[in-house]
Amino acid sequence: MNKKSGVQRKQEVWGWTFLAPATILIFIMSFWPMVQAFIMSLKKGPASNMVWQEPIFKNYTRILQDKTFLTSMGNTFLYLIIEVPIMLILAILLAQILNNRDLKFRGLFRTMVFMPCAVSLVSYALIFKSLFATQGLVNSVLYNLYIIDDNINWLGQTATARAVIIMGLIWRWTGYNMVFYLAGLQNIEYSVYEAAKIDGANGWKSFWNITVPLLRPVIVMTFIMSINGTLQLFDESVNLTNGGPSNTTITMSHYIWNQSLGVGVAKFGYASAMAFVVFIMVGILAFINLKVGDSRD
Amino acid sequence: MTEKKKMNSSAIQRRLIPSYIFLIIICFISVFPIYWMLTAATNTSYEVSQGKIWFGTHAIENYKVLLERADATLNMSGGKGLWKIMANSFVYSGVQTVLCIFICSLAGFGFELYHDKKKDALFGVLLLAMMIPGVATLIPLFRMVSSLKMLNTVFAFIIPGISTPFMIMMFRQNSRNFPIDIMEAARLDGLSEIAIFFRMYMPVMKSTYAAAAVITFMNAWNAYMWPRAVMADNRAATMQMMIANLAGGYTVDYGVLMMGVLFCSIPTMVIFFVLQKQFAEGITGSVK
Repeated sequence: MNKKSGVQRKQEVWGWTFLAPATILIFIMSFWPMVQAFIMSLKKGPASNMVWQEPIFKNYTRILQDKTFLTSMGNTFLYLIIEVPIMLILAILLAQILNNRDLKFRGLFRTMVFMPCAVSLVSYALIFKSLFATQGLVNSVLYNLYIIDDNINWLGQTATARAVIIMGLIWRWTGYNMVFYLAGLQNIEYSVYEAAKIDGANGWKSFWNITVPLLRPVIVMTFIMSINGTLQLFDESVNLTNGGPSNTTITMSHYIWNQSLGVGVAKFGYASAMAFVVFIMVGILAFINLKVGDSRD
Repeated sequence: MTEKKKMNSSAIQRRLIPSYIFLIIICFISVFPIYWMLTAATNTSYEVSQGKIWFGTHAIENYKVLLERADATLNMSGGKGLWKIMANSFVYSGVQTVLCIFICSLAGFGFELYHDKKKDALFGVLLLAMMIPGVATLIPLFRMVSSLKMLNTVFAFIIPGISTPFMIMMFRQNSRNFPIDIMEAARLDGLSEIAIFFRMYMPVMKSTYAAAAVITFMNAWNAYMWPRAVMADNRAATMQMMIANLAGGYTVDYGVLMMGVLFCSIPTMVIFFVLQKQFAEGITGSVK
């Protein structure tokens, strides 16, 4: 009895040893920096000699008056509201179509839809920047089709620049999300679809009555991931529009970067306060999403 | 009978025509920008801006200018600059991949196969780290790395990426299929717990390792914000940083820029086409 518990204790110690490196690293690399970020968000002054802000939450009240940050927040929510639903609906539709075993060339189609994921975020931002340049391909195609008489300065105007970012995001991430849905659909017995077909259900009916309800957990997860990703957009804002024209397409991460590690300014205190706000927004939105996802049971 | 079956299948195919049309349009949109990147890399900037979408004859010139630009930023000569940056990206991503899958698989092994209430609760806490945005830890981590005098080193590049909740979760979930009975048998044979990990767990979990390695390498290769913060010295730059700089000037040579994007995309494209299954598994990770 005593000996057995000794063996068990030894095993338990090994278990803890195995998970210790990863756990310690996450505490040092994620949790501890969050504590530091919060402390820093209450301070001001140069990085080498930061002092407490007076009043203590001044950095946070300052955010409310910062037009650029409010714009960046608005942009984030604009991208969130327009891009995420279009992308996810498109991804589910594609997954549903590609799950049909009567379809030919399924593998080829899947590979092609998935292909944008093989390109890095910086790369695709630069490809889109070139395609939508004033002298770019998009303008020359539209011009040759007599749709426009004059080149559109896509990235030089706020509305069109935002539209290009949204198109880019949809292009890059639809296939990525489709992979989740395809994996989820594999867990649904294919015979369910065949039975539905025999009962006379058409594509749309089986989409709404089988695919969407059964994929709900996956849909909630992709929603959370997309929200998380959208709130953290950086590469596109930097490389596609550089936040312009005049900071109207800038994202929160990009603005925080500019205020902290960007050229010339190192407002670590203020930038940390903004970063903490982003953190809280990610948490709140994920929480709402989980609640909404659960409550439909 | 077969006649009837054939008719049936052609009726089915006819019903699928809208699906095919939809798929062809989506696939065209998906693939075209990548195809265009390849053609633009072979054309002059002027041809690109004229809307040329076929392959041209300017590839070698673009490549040479790309080498010069890389050399200039690194103060090197003879075209070594580009290869130095490629090597940087490979070394950083390779080191990060090896360390990450080792540390996270060890943790997944510990969390699942030695699990008890305390470990499950701790795992729940670690999952919260998934919600922490990169930009929130950016400044404290930057200050930490810089106070350790480790800026522009491999250490700086990999440190936030070698232990991630996502990877631990992936190994933990996939470890559910690991046969626990053979662990008992191995213990009775006198195998130590570490030996079980190296000699039994690692070989059995090969496919999870492959998926984890592919996704970690891709993420490391594509990383941009963190490397830009800590690898600011041109000699430590990565491919992502280099191509971003190519687009930074007042006049952009689109042919050269797309040649840079092409070089930056070769490793990820190869992985995509050769290891697509592992890549897809790595993305979905623990969705089972």
